[in-house]
Amino acid sequence: MSAMPTLTEHPAALALTRRHRLRWWEPLPWVLALAFYFLFPRHLGFGTELLIMVLFAISLDLALGYAGIITLGHAAFFGAGAYTVGMLAQYGIWTEPITGLIAGAAVAALIGFLSGLVLLRTTGLTLLMLTLCTMALLEEAANLGHDWTGGFDGLTGITIPPLFGLFEFNPLFPKTQYLYVLGVLFVCFVFARTLVYSPFGQSLTGIRENTLRMHAVGAPVRTRLVVCYTISAALAGIAGGIWAQANAYVNLSTLGLDRAATVLIILVLGGYGRLYGAFVGALAYMALAHFLSQVYPTAWQLGLGLLLVAIALFARGGIIGVGETLVQRLRPKMYQKQPPS
Amino acid sequence: MAENALELKDVSAGYGETVVLEDINFTVAPGESISVIGRNGVGKTTLLATVMGHTTLHKGEVALAGKSLKGVPIYRRAAAGLGFVPQEREIFPSLTVRENLDVGARPGEWTDQRLFELFPNLKERLGNRGNQLSGGEQQMLSIARALLTNPSVLLLDEPTEGLAPVIVEALTAVLAKLRNESGLSIILVEQNSRIALEFSPRCVVMDKGRIVYDGESAPLRNDPEKLAQFIGVSE
Repeated sequence: MSAMPTLTEHPAALALTRRHRLRWWEPLPWVLALAFYFLFPRHLGFGTELLIMVLFAISLDLALGYAGIITLGHAAFFGAGAYTVGMLAQYGIWTEPITGLIAGAAVAALIGFLSGLVLLRTTGLTLLMLTLCTMALLEEAANLGHDWTGGFDGLTGITIPPLFGLFEFNPLFPKTQYLYVLGVLFVCFVFARTLVYSPFGQSLTGIRENTLRMHAVGAPVRTRLVVCYTISAALAGIAGGIWAQANAYVNLSTLGLDRAATVLIILVLGGYGRLYGAFVGALAYMALAHFLSQVYPTAWQLGLGLLLVAIALFARGGIIGVGETLVQRLRPKMYQKQPPS
Repeated sequence: MAENALELKDVSAGYGETVVLEDINFTVAPGESISVIGRNGVGKTTLLATVMGHTTLHKGEVALAGKSLKGVPIYRRAAAGLGFVPQEREIFPSLTVRENLDVGARPGEWTDQRLFELFPNLKERLGNRGNQLSGGEQQMLSIARALLTNPSVLLLDEPTEGLAPVIVEALTAVLAKLRNESGLSIILVEQNSRIALEFSPRCVVMDKGRIVYDGESAPLRNDPEKLAQFIGVSE
């Protein structure tokens, strides 16, 4: 008689027990990013923008995808980081890029922490509107603080000294920027990955799926949400700061609804609550935007809109979710094909 | 004299302005098991929800090991020693069994080893996601998760609801083992009065938000007519 496989030998169970480990394909995005550097030296500006959006989307994924914090105002933290880095550099207070990013992250985290203390007492539509209001308030503050922020015109001509005193920042030929952003993204990604697979990250999933139950198992839900929101804000602040450094200017668009909506669309497109959804979503969105705007310059957003409707109707898990569904459909067949041992 | 594990004194509680429970008084001694029975909608689940802090307390006091829980948030109640197994099981579907257990685990007498002696099935299922489990396994996971928080009082809300008879049988055996060997105080809310009355020597019967009987289970178990007086059905 052939031995029946035990439940732990089931492919689904095996896949889940292995999900904390590094999977074979996980180095792939990084290899591709490095390959992009060598293969497309004329498009490194696009690549830099793409990597920044990935980082921004990862920051949103922590809050929205893992903790279930519904927000439409994440650009508030992106802008806070961008303005911090921009203003410090513009007024000659601090220009060193890496520590500048840390300052940007700290300011964004502080705003995230303080706003989170109030906002995260609410849920659903109220929370959504309050995050939007927070962002609008910051945007208006940046607009009114013309003497410091440059108001509507923003801060232009930000000068960033060479990285480590060796590698020149040049917005027209952004080799340094690309590798610098890639390095920062890698460090932030490793941090985010470690976080979501830690007990803290698991508790965030628990909170998203059943808040009351997490209360009942003794988890301080609001504290954890505020901590997650603060970390997420800090990562968004880094994304904003690095955007300011790479583009050598900051303006109100960093705090605008357009940016907040774009990152949300990227995450929904790629698949939220998956980390790698940020990579896939950013690539798909920016490539599609680039392609569609060439094909139909006056109404290219219609194409993106239709794609989003299709995703919302038929693929709630985004592009990554579609891939996962396909793999799951194939897996039982593979399991049945195994000869009895 | 040892203080009560749990005490409800003149408790009136409900949801917002609505009062569901009125003048609830009862105590549970350390290591004692009691069952709560009654018809649908008489306030059994609300009773447990009130102990956990999910409801609005209008009057009275809930005390755990002599300490009042007034104003204590839910997560601190859990940390103080209340383990709650809800009616809907409410396991986290996208976490694995292992992660479901770890998410609220606190150090104490209940360890993995002790847990898997009670629930050997779960050990086989550690890598499976919550939503890949059967109803019975989900219920066992829900109880196991509560035990790993190392409570002093375990609140079980209709754990056999919706389960196949063979699973109910296995689960009641587990509950009996818990009652006899764990040293926990257990409050079992159960629609199935036969299971409830066999589970504990003491039972509480509720009707219209009030306790109408608090005493030995045996007289009700042995006298279907008397049981029918309280809950309207006999078994």
